[in-house]
Amino acid sequence: MTESNIDRGVRALRDRKKHYSIFSLARQAGNYHQGWQQAWRHAEPKAEYDAVIIGGGGHGLATAYYLASVHNMTNIAVIEKGWLGGGNTGRNTTIIRSNYLWDESASIYEHAMKLWEGLAQDLNFNIMFSQRGVLTIAHSEHELKEMSRRVHAIRLNGIDSDILSPEDIKKFVPIMNMDQNIRYPVMGGFLQKRGGTARHDAVAWGYARAADDMGVDIIQNCEVTGLRRQGRRIVGVETTKGLIKSRKVGCVVAGHSSVLADMAGIRLPIASRPLQALVSEPIKPILDTVIMSNAVHMYISQSDKGEMVLGAGVDKYNSYAQRGSFPVPEHMLAAAVELFPVLSRLRMLRHWGGIVDTCPDASPIISRTDIDGLYFNCGWGTGGFKATPGSGHVFADLIANDRPNDIAAPYALNRFETGLLIDEHGAAGVAH
Amino acid sequence: MLEINCPYCGLRDEEEFACGGEAHIARPLVDNPISDKDFADYLFYRDNPKGVFLERWRHSAGCRRWFNVVRDTVSHHILEVYPIDTKPSTKAGRAAYQASWRRQSPAEAAARKVPQKTRKTSISKR
Ligand SMILES: Cc1cc2nc3c(=O)[nH]c(=O)nc-3n(C[C@H](O)[C@H](O)[C@H](O)COP(=O)(O)OP(=O)(O)OC[C@H]3O[C@@H](n4cnc5c(N)ncnc54)[C@H](O)[C@@H]3O)c2cc1C
Ligand SMILES: [Zn+2]
Repeated sequence: MTESNIDRGVRALRDRKKHYSIFSLARQAGNYHQGWQQAWRHAEPKAEYDAVIIGGGGHGLATAYYLASVHNMTNIAVIEKGWLGGGNTGRNTTIIRSNYLWDESASIYEHAMKLWEGLAQDLNFNIMFSQRGVLTIAHSEHELKEMSRRVHAIRLNGIDSDILSPEDIKKFVPIMNMDQNIRYPVMGGFLQKRGGTARHDAVAWGYARAADDMGVDIIQNCEVTGLRRQGRRIVGVETTKGLIKSRKVGCVVAGHSSVLADMAGIRLPIASRPLQALVSEPIKPILDTVIMSNAVHMYISQSDKGEMVLGAGVDKYNSYAQRGSFPVPEHMLAAAVELFPVLSRLRMLRHWGGIVDTCPDASPIISRTDIDGLYFNCGWGTGGFKATPGSGHVFADLIANDRPNDIAAPYALNRFETGLLIDEHGAAGVAH
Repeated sequence: MLEINCPYCGLRDEEEFACGGEAHIARPLVDNPISDKDFADYLFYRDNPKGVFLERWRHSAGCRRWFNVVRDTVSHHILEVYPIDTKPSTKAGRAAYQASWRRQSPAEAAARKVPQKTRKTSISKR
């Protein structure tokens, strides 16, 4: 049954989200906060959509938002087996930066960075984007040389990047141990001032709310169990809530990409690995930037609540268990305490893992497949949160037009046959 | 944390081991030129099952020898440890071996035709 234009107008007026602002906050405060609307509807699946996005993480929700807002495709659904952002989106350490080595990477991560800079306004949702700077430190002569090569390449792409001497670092991060006699002495670093963090849940919720506002159905607790094909064309997805027909299906399921590919009878060069993180008890502000070290596989920031947020390197074996092995955080914490002796008696409150979709060249896959109408966006591995808006933006464009734009084109699957890899192992190091 | 039963040294902590990823990948032979697509299968494409997985491990901080493991990627249970160049013998291991798309790959089909001793890899030619 199709809706008439009048019905649609009436529904839009009735459902249109109230604008979040200082005034609405004050009004609701006077009302004991009883009058807030739900942020998105609990939609039940329709029989058929113009496009279906599988995976309600940040990338899937962003894809849906841009399909609706840029390409006017509003008869679409996002299908999530658990809850929104319950995958890596809600498990990550939220580091955002765009200082990657290769041109292809610079263009997609910087595209994302520019979208981040206006995202709270675009979505009318406070995503707590904080450009507090990301400082990557070097611990050896070799790393220093590699770093200056990288900084120059990044600058040539018009992306801000500054080299910091040990003296600069001492001023910038007073709590860092600058003793040159420790196991991994800090010999310098490079800073992206526009880098920083954002609130992960808010990113998922903000995109969901804005997409829902344009009519996108967000369907949670609904697992995709099969992909329905007719010859070489996708015609629908089988779910725990029944068959949903669609001739365009975008898979954005991170660690489960190989499982979905298997349902379609295709293969991806992806390995699913655990990546772990921890947060401490909240303490007073001691760190107002983000520090990353590739050599010791440690990255750290302080959340607005005061918790120290620490992330480790990826575990060494494949897993779908959403937990990793203890030696990994143990090594990372040893490094953290050496670099920041002030942390030595801090207690850790929570520790978890997410299953990340690692790719042989440490770059993502944004691609059509051998099956018409089936698209994959995956392989972001340990570092895709920072790309969320850019990834969703170009993936929506790929799905709407059935051809990649200039930013997405290098990320097609066939690069593993042509050899045109985008090797970001170095840039990423531990890779985020 | 895993405890792995090295066939040569016995039960040791995971930290002593390195994981070498998917086991039983046939290397394309010199006399059997294959397409770029099939070569990508050999070089980049790896099995990534949710469930039983056949993988290589090395006792890198011990006897330094390679061996194979049948492990469940959801429960992390190790179902079997068996020597390199042999096939799994447990039911789950055998089923996973048979089910892998790798068994149909052109590289493996060609390798199967040549007796193991006389195989030439592209490296040994140079
Ligand atoms: C510990 C950790 C730290 C990280 N730190 C950083 C960082 O500092 N900076 C950074 O940039 N990146 C970081 N990352 C990586 C980043 O989190 C991911 O690359 C990014 O969030 C991926 O987003 P996504 O939307 O693609 O995936 P997800 O958020 O994982 O969403 C995928 C969704 O698909 C759903 N799904 C799976 N299978 C099905 C199915 N069959 N049917 C329906 N739904 C399904 C899942 O439930 C999930 O919600 C980190 C990751 C982890 C685990
Ligand atoms: Zn041994």
